[in-house]
Amino acid sequence: MTRLLPFPIVSSCLLALWLLLNQAVTFGHILLGCLVALVGGRILTVLEIPSVRVRRPGVIMRLLARVTVDIVRSNLAVGRIVLGFGRWQRAPGFVEIPLDMRAPYGLASLACIITSTPGTLWVNFDAQRGALTIHVLDLVDEEEWIRTIKDRYERHLLEIFE
Amino acid sequence: MNGIEHLPPWAAVLTAVFLLTGAAVTLIGSLGLLRLGTFYERVHAPTLGTTLGTVFIAAASMVCFSVLESRAVLHEILIVVLGAVTTPIALTVLVGAARFRDTAERAQLGEPVGRALPHAAPGDASAGKAD
Repeated sequence: MTRLLPFPIVSSCLLALWLLLNQAVTFGHILLGCLVALVGGRILTVLEIPSVRVRRPGVIMRLLARVTVDIVRSNLAVGRIVLGFGRWQRAPGFVEIPLDMRAPYGLASLACIITSTPGTLWVNFDAQRGALTIHVLDLVDEEEWIRTIKDRYERHLLEIFE
Repeated sequence: MNGIEHLPPWAAVLTAVFLLTGAAVTLIGSLGLLRLGTFYERVHAPTLGTTLGTVFIAAASMVCFSVLESRAVLHEILIVVLGAVTTPIALTVLVGAARFRDTAERAQLGEPVGRALPHAAPGDASAGKAD
């Protein structure tokens, strides 16, 4: 299993990508897609990246739904800021958040979530102190942001990756 | 495959609404790039286009071509997913570079680098220079 499919998640994603690109779920395309998935997975071993263990698919779905809702909400919020509606006084600033997470894939997912949400931005992660610095476009309450990131995202990512 | 004139009215309206919404969201994001003050603020703006903007435009394309070809056309999902996964990487690298430069400039000026964070207020000159 591990020799043939070193990265089962990546390989299944590649198969799905192949089938979607070809817009066809026929026997031939599934066969070709499996070939792409197997070769792609094997090529990744050359990079010697750490293997990933993902658990709790239910939590992943819940987290994805939550991130989607948050992205829509902050799209509206940032749109309002850009167009100049709402409070004129806006204080952008940096927040430092102490993280418990050390798993590299968990941190990478958190970086993607934070950066693709308009209004928050991943700036730096100090691995020694475990301190994450984010930039917030409309910083009202630092404590609230620390709570938001830790409770809404980090808790779930810890369940998934650690 | 039929031409665009064979699109039934309901699908045409849906496509137009999705397309215009996506374009408007992306335009607002680009406007933010112009209007916001410092580099760190500006990086927030384009994410509007890469998230909701792309989703709406991809949805418009899916509706239009699914109806025209009378089968589910789904590969636009790939654009949304791959875009969502790759944009944060570029933005994080950009911000990392800006932060590195700020920290180096502050060290050169002999300012304390304690937290190593430029506290960018609106119109802050040192942070605005980073772009």
